[in-house]
Amino acid sequence: MKRLVPMRVALSLILLPVLSLALFACGGPESSTPRYIAEGNPPLLSDWGMMASNGRSLTLGPRVEPYDLVTPLFSDYAHKQRTIWMPQGVSANYRDDQVLDFPVGTVISKTFYYPRGSGDDEVLRSLDHAPGWRADGLDLAQIRLVETRILVHREAGWAAIPYVWNSEQTEAHLARAGDIQRLTLVAPDGRREDFVYAVPTSNQCAGCHAINNTTREIEPIGPAARHLNRDFDYLSGPQNQLAHLAAVGYLGTWPGSEATPRDADYLDETADLNDRARSYLDINCAHCHNPTGPADTSGLHLRHDTAPGPHLGFCKPPIAAGGGTGNRPYAIQPGEPDQSILLYRMQITDPGSLMPELGRAVEHVEGIALIYDWIASMSPSCTD
Amino acid sequence: MIDTFKRVAVLALAVSLAACGGPQERDLAGADHSYQNQLIERLIDAQAGDVIEIPEGVFAFDRSLSLTVDGVTLRGQGPDRTILTFQGQVQGAEGLLVTANDFTIENLAIEDTAGDGLKINEGENIIIRGVRVEWTAGPRTENGAYGIYPVQTTNVLIEDSIAIGASDAGIYVGQSHNVVIRRNRAERNVAGIEVENTIGADVYDNVATENTGGILVFNMPNLPQPGYQTRVYNNHVFGNNTGNFGHAGTPVASIPAGSGIVVNSNDLVEIFDNDISDNRTANIIISSLHSTGYSSYSVQEDFDPYPEGIYIHGNRFTGGGDNPDGLELQGLKLLVSGPLGRMPDVLWDGYWDAAKLVDGVLPDNLRLCLDNGEAQMVNADGPNDYASPAIVTDQHRCTLARLPVIELASAQ
Repeated sequence: MKRLVPMRVALSLILLPVLSLALFACGGPESSTPRYIAEGNPPLLSDWGMMASNGRSLTLGPRVEPYDLVTPLFSDYAHKQRTIWMPQGVSANYRDDQVLDFPVGTVISKTFYYPRGSGDDEVLRSLDHAPGWRADGLDLAQIRLVETRILVHREAGWAAIPYVWNSEQTEAHLARAGDIQRLTLVAPDGRREDFVYAVPTSNQCAGCHAINNTTREIEPIGPAARHLNRDFDYLSGPQNQLAHLAAVGYLGTWPGSEATPRDADYLDETADLNDRARSYLDINCAHCHNPTGPADTSGLHLRHDTAPGPHLGFCKPPIAAGGGTGNRPYAIQPGEPDQSILLYRMQITDPGSLMPELGRAVEHVEGIALIYDWIASMSPSCTD
Repeated sequence: MIDTFKRVAVLALAVSLAACGGPQERDLAGADHSYQNQLIERLIDAQAGDVIEIPEGVFAFDRSLSLTVDGVTLRGQGPDRTILTFQGQVQGAEGLLVTANDFTIENLAIEDTAGDGLKINEGENIIIRGVRVEWTAGPRTENGAYGIYPVQTTNVLIEDSIAIGASDAGIYVGQSHNVVIRRNRAERNVAGIEVENTIGADVYDNVATENTGGILVFNMPNLPQPGYQTRVYNNHVFGNNTGNFGHAGTPVASIPAGSGIVVNSNDLVEIFDNDISDNRTANIIISSLHSTGYSSYSVQEDFDPYPEGIYIHGNRFTGGGDNPDGLELQGLKLLVSGPLGRMPDVLWDGYWDAAKLVDGVLPDNLRLCLDNGEAQMVNADGPNDYASPAIVTDQHRCTLARLPVIELASAQ
């Protein structure tokens, strides 16, 4: 018996790519019909029809448009397939400096996945689109699906609904209480890191998506013009994402790529260091660290447009950081990354002190390097 | 003046803990691990008016809980009967996070959270009653920061509760309005009870002991509101001599072990009718952010670091001031009171705002007044690098208008 299992695994490893190739050739294994569900918490992700999976490949439904962000939120090196869908006959209005004005009926999905490692719970640490990524789906022989979050714009406002994929990868089930998955992240150099991937509870969705802690209305964070203003490799070829959304009827009049704000890509080493760092802090921190957000209690604001000064952390003593200070005196001590609390809170993984509070259990190596360089590039100035 | 003795104290604590292997957290054999998802879903499904009863038992959680619905009561069977333990927590910066109004929590315990115990971030009409938040291995730097932590809240009652072992403050009310903190017990925290950037608070009938500092009234810069108007009375503040085990850089890390009641950069504070004893640095400390790391680059332009309108009267002092924390404070005591004397009951760092003088004198309502019998006050002469400390009791013997009582319906 002991021998049979590895044999079976080996067999499937050989067969799966063949099988999935064959299926792709036929234009996708499953069909789905996207729909808007006006109330309640549907028990299955497939109820929404945004995507379908047969366990070998995941395929987006008709008119379900994928998109990426210029600089994305870091989530333990999970890759994300983001999609937008709207009912026929409606479209979003362009807004210059906030999330697009999406109509009621809009369904946004975000599927978190990893490239598969060799063991059962092994996933690979990598950036950008993984092997197995396609513009209209994912090849599950190479990819492990973890969770899909639905953001739906209903009459009463946006609702956030989390789903967790089953081990067969054929369906994701409603998981309002969240989930814990113990995975091992394998770096390109072979280093292994065990970590706890935490799927947030429904209530915790508001921990990030209630950007204003007074109104506490849930809203999307990513699909703002400044984050979308870049090209995407559609099946039809590369195209600016906002232009594409306009072309398919999901976006009304927009001013064109040149006249639309655009974040720096935090990985783009040809871009200005300050722009890259501010872009990174904005998408990773500013949903809480803004003047009306849950972290306004700290007095630390990390929006892309926060003026340099104490509120951006320069020479700012902590308020309630607790162990998160790392025995360092200021949020940012210009020129001294190793004396800056902001960097420390990115470097640690203790859930009581790390930042962001949700969605991170491992270090973001590239993000830490960026913020290190940014702080190191500043002129020292914290003494009278 | 603070850092040196801090390091010594932390080191001493670390050595003593290492020597005896350290105390242990609660033994979780027999704890119920299956209740977690049930309570998480109950909190998600909660509706206004719901009373969520949690049975007797020890319930283990590996993630933080959150509540976002107004008008909910969370009720256990007693702070020693219903225990939510977060030992080994893998996710979440607190045990329970509440972002809702009209919230009551009572008769339960929250233990060993990775970060804060109970955090309430924005909300009106908050009642915390008979709640125990504790790190069960006792004071350790790796404990979470705050035990009971309402912030940006209005109309808050915290009563009959217990906070033990917080690496920052056991009971901390920040950036809030209209607060009553009464009949609580705070022990073995860095700060026992801390009121920060809060407008209108009554702190009475509490016991604060074995903390680094007993009761703190602070203002910090760069926050949406400066605080003022706090009454601290009828409390028993004794033996707060635990070595500071806070994290360097935090505001409380500058608190010398042996501090009874501390006012830092806050205004309109009335301290009266307390029993304050055996706090070995000083029974009362009045200070400015200037003493705790002030830099004009660090603060918003309109921040006022001077403690003003401070009125101390009718307190009963016993002992204390006999063994201040750190060489500089030891030196200060020696200079002022001699080798066998003790630090005067009120230690003032000496910072005041020359810009507020009117015709050469500070207006009466901004004064620091001590009208407390035999109790003495020392001016540590911080502005001149502590060169010429002096007893200034007579110069500060004055009275101020009494502060109004906090009107809070839930405390009637």
